[in-house]
Amino acid sequence: MKLRSLLIAATALTMVSSVAMTADMTIVSWGGAYSDSQNNAYHKPYMAENPDVNIINDESSAEAVAKLRAMNEAGNVTWDVVDVVASDAIRLCDEGLAEVIDPDTDLAPAPDGTSAADDFGDLLVSECYIPQIVYSTTFGYRTDKVGDTPPTDICAVFDTETYPGKRALEKRPINNMEWALLCDGVAKDDIYDVLSTPAGVDQALAKLETIKDDVVWWSSGSETPQLLADGEVVMGSTYNGRLFSLIEEAKQPVAMLWDAQVFDLDGWIIPTGLSPERLAAAKKYIKFATDTQRLADQAKYISYGPARKSSAPLVGKHAELGIDMAPHMPTDPKNATNTFLYNYEWWADNRDDLDAKFQAWLAKN
Amino acid sequence: MSDTSQAETVLTTQDGVPLKVSIARALRRQKIRALLLVAPLFLFILLSFVAPIADMLFRSVENDLVPSTLPKTVVALQVWDQHSGTLPPEEVFAALAADFKVATKEKTHTRVGSRLNYEKPGISSLFRKTGRRVGKFEDGNYTEQFLKADKKWGDVEVWQVIKRFSSPFTAGYFLAATDAERTEDGIQFKPDDERIYLFLFGRTMILSITITASCILLGYPIAFLLSSLPLRSSNMLMILVLLPFWTSLLVRTSAWKVLLQQQGVINDTLVWLGIVGDDSRLALINNQTGTIIAMTHILLPFMILPLFSVMKTISPTYMRAAKSMGASDWYSFWRVYFPQTIPGIGAGSILVFILSIGYYITPELVGGTSGIFISNRIAYHISYSLNWGLAAALGVILLAMVMVLYWMYDRIVGIDNVKLG
Repeated sequence: MKLRSLLIAATALTMVSSVAMTADMTIVSWGGAYSDSQNNAYHKPYMAENPDVNIINDESSAEAVAKLRAMNEAGNVTWDVVDVVASDAIRLCDEGLAEVIDPDTDLAPAPDGTSAADDFGDLLVSECYIPQIVYSTTFGYRTDKVGDTPPTDICAVFDTETYPGKRALEKRPINNMEWALLCDGVAKDDIYDVLSTPAGVDQALAKLETIKDDVVWWSSGSETPQLLADGEVVMGSTYNGRLFSLIEEAKQPVAMLWDAQVFDLDGWIIPTGLSPERLAAAKKYIKFATDTQRLADQAKYISYGPARKSSAPLVGKHAELGIDMAPHMPTDPKNATNTFLYNYEWWADNRDDLDAKFQAWLAKN
Repeated sequence: MSDTSQAETVLTTQDGVPLKVSIARALRRQKIRALLLVAPLFLFILLSFVAPIADMLFRSVENDLVPSTLPKTVVALQVWDQHSGTLPPEEVFAALAADFKVATKEKTHTRVGSRLNYEKPGISSLFRKTGRRVGKFEDGNYTEQFLKADKKWGDVEVWQVIKRFSSPFTAGYFLAATDAERTEDGIQFKPDDERIYLFLFGRTMILSITITASCILLGYPIAFLLSSLPLRSSNMLMILVLLPFWTSLLVRTSAWKVLLQQQGVINDTLVWLGIVGDDSRLALINNQTGTIIAMTHILLPFMILPLFSVMKTISPTYMRAAKSMGASDWYSFWRVYFPQTIPGIGAGSILVFILSIGYYITPELVGGTSGIFISNRIAYHISYSLNWGLAAALGVILLAMVMVLYWMYDRIVGIDNVKLG
């Protein structure tokens, strides 16, 4: 009896020690279909190649900046790699909460030998940031509620006579202000100059005022697809991947209005304050997960464009639906006839100020 | 009279110690033992609850970042007259260059930039951009080099902001939290189109009072029914009251979305019954109505439970006695029964009011723009804008408001008049 329990204890001990041999790596992302695509394209192949690494998924990206700041103040950073949008990456880098990345040593070059810095090009918007995908914020509309003339122009959003019904817009000034000015006759190149003046802000808010009673304001990207599916709104802005799954996977009577879509980036940062071993492990993962093939693989699962130029030709068909993914990419030439790129620098300076004005405007009826 | 004669002879215990001293000693030992028993919990609360909150509240006045990152500049700026309308002298630029060189190494210059950007938009990119250039600065002629790096350094207002926020403590967050700002002409309210917080504090109060009132209106009859039914059926009903507690808050709130939206169950039923037209469906969600309905539902058990436990203790004989002496049903209820339930109403109201004043997730989901609370802005500043100082200042004001209301309640109703059972 004694011997048996001793044996059991010994076995348990060896098992514990063998479990301890695999290092846990906590990767933070957005959850839902997006995390699934990363799981399939990055995490699974990485764990197959590195059996000593165990990846743990955390779905806290929406609050990553605040949480990282709190972890850093507490001196206990539990995350290893974090998926954030570019504007958050810039803030994290500003606050000293993200590690600086050297594209030459930390990232893999393209298969043809092009350096990572050239392969990502302008998309390396912060020295701490490795972009994965280009996504866009754009509109979807109910095909059964727009009559015989489906909208082709962003200004349909402001045209409540031709397209009566509610619209879903995000509860923040970013993008809405640009669209409002664009539809109020401001030339695309002048938008940020106009928006830098108090009169320009008033002009944009006045334009939004014309549809204020017809707007449902959303704060989470999943709301618009739900509102469209329920028929609560005729059109609404959201991320293009959400609309893709609403249209192609849920087969709802919804179509894309690509006009004046706003490109934004999503990608990785590594938090500061990691031990040297964890930092090295995180960098190893990043190098693997942002190489040309991996970025192209992610596009099999979700309709976001890979951030590397060299990945674009490798984008194939959807893994389950078997449809060609290229025409669903925001960067596809047919979709990208009129586009914006999120103006990071300008919004980093002005978001607090404009947000105060925007929220004050929203709160007053 | 016999008292005075007894007091003259001091009572002693057997070993000659005065009785008073002996009792006090025994009691002290008891007190120490009691304190030691409480100590672990007390320490736990102090360390894990009081200290973090105090730390968070302290952030509402803290401004250490500017003087600790730009120490030389802050000293050099003391001689500069901010009302002069001219740029600071060359020594200040030289001090700034020295501070910047240290700060860029530690990557703290961008943090100061984001801090000062709350006060003047544009400083964030100014600091970031200058940080990239400052390493290449040559000795001497700093004014020119800074202006070359970014012409915003020629803006006197930038320097005024740096000077104004160069002390380790600031009232700036509290001013911002009350829609005010300090300009060159003293403290003033912000322009009309930027005021939001006082308005939101007011709305939070009004909506919380409305929610509390509707909880009383709906909860009182239910609690009365529960307390007057026989045990078996009242237990069944009690489960129905408690059932929402066992469901996730998010699920309940989302259920309200399904019910209340324009293509939702309630509107569909009303249209089907012909009460409202198909083109004039009621807007029951994404506005104040949505917030009031959903929060009343969520907070209702907090009203029913104290009411129920108070009503349970009211003996039915009082009502019978009143009626036997000729009081009508209404009169005996109003003059005999109702006054005895006031402690329950008080307890329920305090619970519901204080919970609703700090509620945030339900208004966020169903409140649209006209039904959000001040707590939504606090959450926004904590999680998204990262302006923790402003969030802390708003939190302090909210806490102070609750304290004042509690004090008023104590003065008017009396806190010992509150009973949870």
